[in-house]
Amino acid sequence: MKKPSLPAYNFAYLDEQTKRMIRRAILKAIAIPGYQVPFASREMPMPYGWGTGGVQVTASILGPDDVLKVIDQGADDTTNAVSIRDFFAKVADVATTTRTTDATIIQTRHRIPETPLTQGQIIVYQVPIPEPLRFLEPRETETRVMHALEEYGLVHVKLYEDIAQHGHIATTYAYPVKVEGRYVMDPSPIPKFDNPKMHRSPALQLFGAGREKRIYALPPFTNVISLDFEDHPFKVQRFESRCALCDAQDVYMDEVITDDRGGRMFVCSDTDHCETRRSEGYQGAGLPQHGAAKADWEAAQ
Amino acid sequence: MYVAVKGGETAISNAHRLMADRRRGDRNVPALSVEQIVNQLSLGVDRVMAEGSLYDPELAAMAVRQARGDLIEAIFLLRAYRTTLPRFSNALPIDTNRMHIERRVSATFKDIPGGQLLGPTFDYTHRLIDPSMAGDEAVADPVKRERPTDESCPRVTDLLDGQGLIEADVPSNDDPGDLTREAIAYPVGRDIRLQALTRGDEGFLLALGYSTQRGYGRTHPFVGEIRIGMVDVEVDVPELGFAVCIGAIRVTECQMVSQFKGSTDTPPRFTRGYGLVFGQSERKAMAMSLVDRALRSDEFNEQRLAPAQDEEFVLEHCDNVQATGFVEHLKLPHYVDFQAELELLRTLRREAEIASADTPMSEAAE
Repeated sequence: MKKPSLPAYNFAYLDEQTKRMIRRAILKAIAIPGYQVPFASREMPMPYGWGTGGVQVTASILGPDDVLKVIDQGADDTTNAVSIRDFFAKVADVATTTRTTDATIIQTRHRIPETPLTQGQIIVYQVPIPEPLRFLEPRETETRVMHALEEYGLVHVKLYEDIAQHGHIATTYAYPVKVEGRYVMDPSPIPKFDNPKMHRSPALQLFGAGREKRIYALPPFTNVISLDFEDHPFKVQRFESRCALCDAQDVYMDEVITDDRGGRMFVCSDTDHCETRRSEGYQGAGLPQHGAAKADWEAAQ
Repeated sequence: MYVAVKGGETAISNAHRLMADRRRGDRNVPALSVEQIVNQLSLGVDRVMAEGSLYDPELAAMAVRQARGDLIEAIFLLRAYRTTLPRFSNALPIDTNRMHIERRVSATFKDIPGGQLLGPTFDYTHRLIDPSMAGDEAVADPVKRERPTDESCPRVTDLLDGQGLIEADVPSNDDPGDLTREAIAYPVGRDIRLQALTRGDEGFLLALGYSTQRGYGRTHPFVGEIRIGMVDVEVDVPELGFAVCIGAIRVTECQMVSQFKGSTDTPPRFTRGYGLVFGQSERKAMAMSLVDRALRSDEFNEQRLAPAQDEEFVLEHCDNVQATGFVEHLKLPHYVDFQAELELLRTLRREAEIASADTPMSEAAE
């Protein structure tokens, strides 16, 4: 039986027509900040839910000179971040980095780096459910009309009900924002801790939802305001502890369970931020300071 | 002491190596050939082609083997390959009237022009595991009929149409839509709907079709006809000015004759549900035709109350590659968001403790 001939793949995997189609959608998205632009999402060689939207956006904007950083949960070494970074290293042969400051494009799932982004950088968010109204109204036909009419009362009712029930707004991630006073937008499932970083960011922010076939964008210096009430202003999470590795505070933390007797420690969620600080000489309380334990620890690194 | 988890790269490559080992299994057992899968697991291959929406038995068989027999994984492999293929043109509509029929049954008439033909079916087999199949015993050659030279097998629905008893099948010259090349916008045309259904998950459509039979959007269906066989695929070549046959594919077509409707202008007529699937897959074609009819409720001014009648619900959830991706993505790390929830939950619990401590006993007793 004949061997079917598999084609060689184009630069960054997608064919040029597809990239052009996606770039058109991106341009439209930039022109209407916060508006979800439908696009003809392709089937990608990784599963839906693994970042197919982000991958398509990255593939469409990637050039040979770009330097790519991929993070998942803030970390460069989570398996899916490794897998996506390898994918682009293979199909586009681009330089990759873990340093936020060195990257021209950062693809992310669930976090925004702690190091402020700068002009000229692009951050690409992987989005599972792009519709901020979806869990209030499951029908796309309805939510599109609600956006068109700027009918966002339901979101406020939901936030109000949280306060009435719990005394707090109970949305901790994917916290809805209003863009340039017009569209309510899902910031992707980042913790609300990261929401303020979107506001007037000098970087271009692109959002890709592959399964749901939507792209949206925030051009640099766009106003992005988290929804709240005058008497219940928007507040971000604050961690009591400092990072056990680099002693950072006021960053987003991962809680690491260290034993089965209630032992736990907090470490930076952003691995690059943590490593940079440690290379600058900061040391957290969780690091062995001297002796054999220090040598062991260094060997493990 | 905590050392940040490193080495994702090695872990991934070792996992893939182990998976390849498990796929191959005992090295003393000969490896499966693609020919064996194409020939002996052909209905599995058919399902992969249908839901992968690419007609290529060898590629589908390779995918089944690579996926260790996980058909949804195989469908995904085929889809990911299909999406890279260039589109040259639309084929002409296939003509199932000119099908080289292998099987044809009608439940609405005892006999029909062209006759009923059971063909290669599991129907009427007794589902007893056959010990003789454990070996490789000789299998008798099939009995073949003389192929009539001018066989005419008009579709049962065309016969009904001739008498005006069923809604007319109106041909369209519009290019059909393609949901793999355009974003879907609701409501969609029947072309997109049928495309979504024919790619849709067999199990999901089976359950939905079944639900219409149990009263969730009842359509009073009768199998007008099911036919399975080879049909030619023709493409118009502009340079030549006529259509050229580029090959033949096996398809299963199901015409469901459903609940009649009439209005003040038109006398009552039966309505149609349509199913067409690559390969031999009666279950899928029948389920598809039930769901197609259920989704046409607006056309007949029927109340949309059941899940099977809800276009957005059915179309957004029938794709098993999308569904499996989103369900399974829950196993990816979510600890950042979980941490956010954990923090809030601790705050709420702390406040609840304080509140209950503040409550005087007398009040608590009331």
